[in-house]
Amino acid sequence: MNHDNETPHESAPYSLYLLTWLALVLLTATTVTVAGLNFGRLSILVALVIAGIKSSIVLTWFMHLRQESKLFHMILLVTIVVLVIAIGLTFTDILYR
Amino acid sequence: MANHAVVADTSEVSFYKAKSRWGEGLFSWIFSTDHKRIGLMYLALMSVFFLTGMSIGFLMRLELIAPGRTIVGPETYNVFFTLHGMIMIFMFVVPGLSASLGNFFLPIMIGAKDVAFPRLNLLSWWLFLAGSIIAFASLFTAAGPPDTGWTFYAPYSIHTGTNVPMACFAAFVLGFSSILTGLNFVTTIHRMRAPGMTFWKMPLFPWALYATGWVQVVATPVLGITLVLLILERFFGIGVFDPAKGGDPILYQHLFWIYSHPAVYIMILPAMGVISEIISVHARRPVFGYGFIAMSSVAIALFGSLVWAHHMFVSGNSELANFIFSLLTMVVAIPSAVKVFNWVATLYKGSIALETPMLYALSFIFLFMIGGFTGMMLGILSIDVHVHDTYFVVGHFHYVIFGGLGFAFFGALHHWFPKMTGRMYHQIPSKISWFLLFVGFNTLYMPMFILGWEGMPRRYYDYLPQFHHLQVVSTVGSWILISGVIIMVVNLLRSIRTGPVCTELDPWGGGRTLEWTIPSPPPLENFEEIPIIDRGPYELKPSEAK
Amino acid sequence: MSQSVALVGHRDYTGSKLGMWMFLATEVILFGGMFLLYAAYRSDYPGDFHAAAGELNTLVGTVNTLILLTSSLTMALSIAACHHGNRKLAMIMILVTVIFGGAFMVNKYFEWMTKIAHGIYPSSEFLLAHPKGEIIFFGLYFTMTGIHGLHVLIGMVLLVGMFFKVMNQPNAQVSFLSGHGLQRADGGRLAMLDPNGVPLWKSEPIDDTMERVVVKTKYWPVKSRFRVEDFSLLENVGLYWHIVDIIWIFLFPLFYLIT
Repeated sequence: MNHDNETPHESAPYSLYLLTWLALVLLTATTVTVAGLNFGRLSILVALVIAGIKSSIVLTWFMHLRQESKLFHMILLVTIVVLVIAIGLTFTDILYR
Repeated sequence: MANHAVVADTSEVSFYKAKSRWGEGLFSWIFSTDHKRIGLMYLALMSVFFLTGMSIGFLMRLELIAPGRTIVGPETYNVFFTLHGMIMIFMFVVPGLSASLGNFFLPIMIGAKDVAFPRLNLLSWWLFLAGSIIAFASLFTAAGPPDTGWTFYAPYSIHTGTNVPMACFAAFVLGFSSILTGLNFVTTIHRMRAPGMTFWKMPLFPWALYATGWVQVVATPVLGITLVLLILERFFGIGVFDPAKGGDPILYQHLFWIYSHPAVYIMILPAMGVISEIISVHARRPVFGYGFIAMSSVAIALFGSLVWAHHMFVSGNSELANFIFSLLTMVVAIPSAVKVFNWVATLYKGSIALETPMLYALSFIFLFMIGGFTGMMLGILSIDVHVHDTYFVVGHFHYVIFGGLGFAFFGALHHWFPKMTGRMYHQIPSKISWFLLFVGFNTLYMPMFILGWEGMPRRYYDYLPQFHHLQVVSTVGSWILISGVIIMVVNLLRSIRTGPVCTELDPWGGGRTLEWTIPSPPPLENFEEIPIIDRGPYELKPSEAK
Repeated sequence: MSQSVALVGHRDYTGSKLGMWMFLATEVILFGGMFLLYAAYRSDYPGDFHAAAGELNTLVGTVNTLILLTSSLTMALSIAACHHGNRKLAMIMILVTVIFGGAFMVNKYFEWMTKIAHGIYPSSEFLLAHPKGEIIFFGLYFTMTGIHGLHVLIGMVLLVGMFFKVMNQPNAQVSFLSGHGLQRADGGRLAMLDPNGVPLWKSEPIDDTMERVVVKTKYWPVKSRFRVEDFSLLENVGLYWHIVDIIWIFLFPLFYLIT
């Protein structure tokens, strides 16, 4: 268990984070605009997709997920799968009563 | 950010005698970050809680020995079964083998000096103590302890005057303790295995603890939020579970069981891990089908998270949901069966020593199978419709939880007793107590299948005269069972002081895993030098009799 | 004869990150339970949810979203500053993050107060007179934004703690207990050596009147030689803050944008 040899990460330039932030702001503007356009039942789906993209950006760039080992990606995957199953299976009840 | 440079030669001094900045009294225990002490502290508290829950069970059975009032009134009886469930589940079986013997042996079995986050480990124990104190505090509040059953179903739990919020808060704190333990163990297993010990060279108890840790981390938060929502519902009337406000009580049940079903796998997976270890040692054989058993732990954790609504078949679910959950429930039996087959295969042509741990392991297989079969029956919709919320269910879950985890727990205590204490327990009382436990258990719970089949509802204070005979049998069974427990507890406690000294590395002679390569009791840092692993999981120390 | 001990010890940086990510998973699932309820009730009461959401102010929600996103930026910048060897910038960024968090909470406070002033709060007579779906919508609104706000507050407290830590950090401390390391050094001295073996500092001779010797150091790494593990705690707090942001990223459209 000798972890003395952790290679120091490259220090990311500040501009990287600024660009990430910009992308998030643009996506926020998009989602607000789209909400006003009324796609009916698709609206919620579009909103959730954009929210998903924003979250991926935060995870990948702000939370450094792209630099992490597969194990960390697995934690994310497990979390998402758990939520999808919990909500999905509950809906087999809710929707079909 | 302190680093204690403990470079002393402590390799031969048992951890009981290790120097601590707190001296040698109580503080050296309750502020210790040594996983072995923490495991024993969990064991101490859990034993107290088990005996408390058992005493309440004793009173329940006493009340039920005859129809009508025997010793208490109906409201008190409701409190009894609520407390019995809460204490047994949240304060004994959920921490279970993980927090007690898992804490003690996980680092040792993977060749580590401690867990990944020792201070977090101590915090887990303190949260466990705090949650338990809060739970007991609810007994003494003006409103009285909860009478909703340990499941706190809405809408009754919203409207009853008893102290549901405090009990929920207690369970929340206890849940947090469980989450931190799971998180600790998963990280420990990922980061601290000895050099050369791949996942596929790890023994089966650590494998079980790994799968359990994931379930603890991923399922417990759902209980957490459910309890918080219930408390908010009571104090602020947010409406999410209250039909008068548009809420759906069935959604409460969904959220509750999304945790509470995986919780039973939190209970049983470590028990199954321990059974693998016990059978291997006392049959002098490496475990048959190691890979299958390891993978079945993961499969049980996975599939067990998909079946929760089988607790709700008659609550008002859609037919589609019932169908799906029934099907998934059938599937979850398969990995459990895989384990049973492999344990039996391990026994085949083994050199079986009927030591007390082996007696518990063998009876585990028998009792768990009965529990499992009756669980399968309950998973079938057409049967469940008739026996849901009857004694049949009560019989089923006591067979799997008590006959399963309980017996595995007692077996593990005896199996690792010499390693933890440096003494052997007195043999004859240990065998007598096992026998009383086994006979008493079956006498107490077997009639419940018949009672339930014939229509005796659970959680009922009173009953029709036709159920009287079997209720008497059951109550007598409880007396036999309790006498067995008492003898076992007294024997183990006595043996700590008066048992024959037993400091060999491998007292049973069949040890194949790392804990049998270090002194009994272990030194503070477990290993003088971290071992390098170059052999398979059950080849670490080949037994003499092959 | 000498014995050396690593001053900054063996810390498992990856392990502590792993633990933090698992904890974040529990937070996401905690909120997930509430999202499950939202999904179920929205499916049950689509019209009521739509109507109730009209009561919420989209502008305030959008502003709050931007505030939190920007706070995530400053959070990430504070860590980057540490890696660039710029302690001052790191501290400023942490402070700015706290301020943004505070701004979010202030907005939330005024939002809630407006609702409550209009009679919209759980169990209010006004609300109970409305259709059931609207009662549930606001029950979920107050609960989910409330619990989220609690997490923002906790994050702010953690960040204030980190501000002071970065100010004084990183440092290292080693202590030797009598009976352990001290016994071995009996008669000798503790010394701190530079990479060439030249003593930078030496202690008094160790004898058995000493119970405990503590050596504390303070250092700040230069950019080329920083170790990620020195900032492990700040990174973990940062991860927490980002998750709180992500939760809001989902709360925002579900409550404010379904009009």
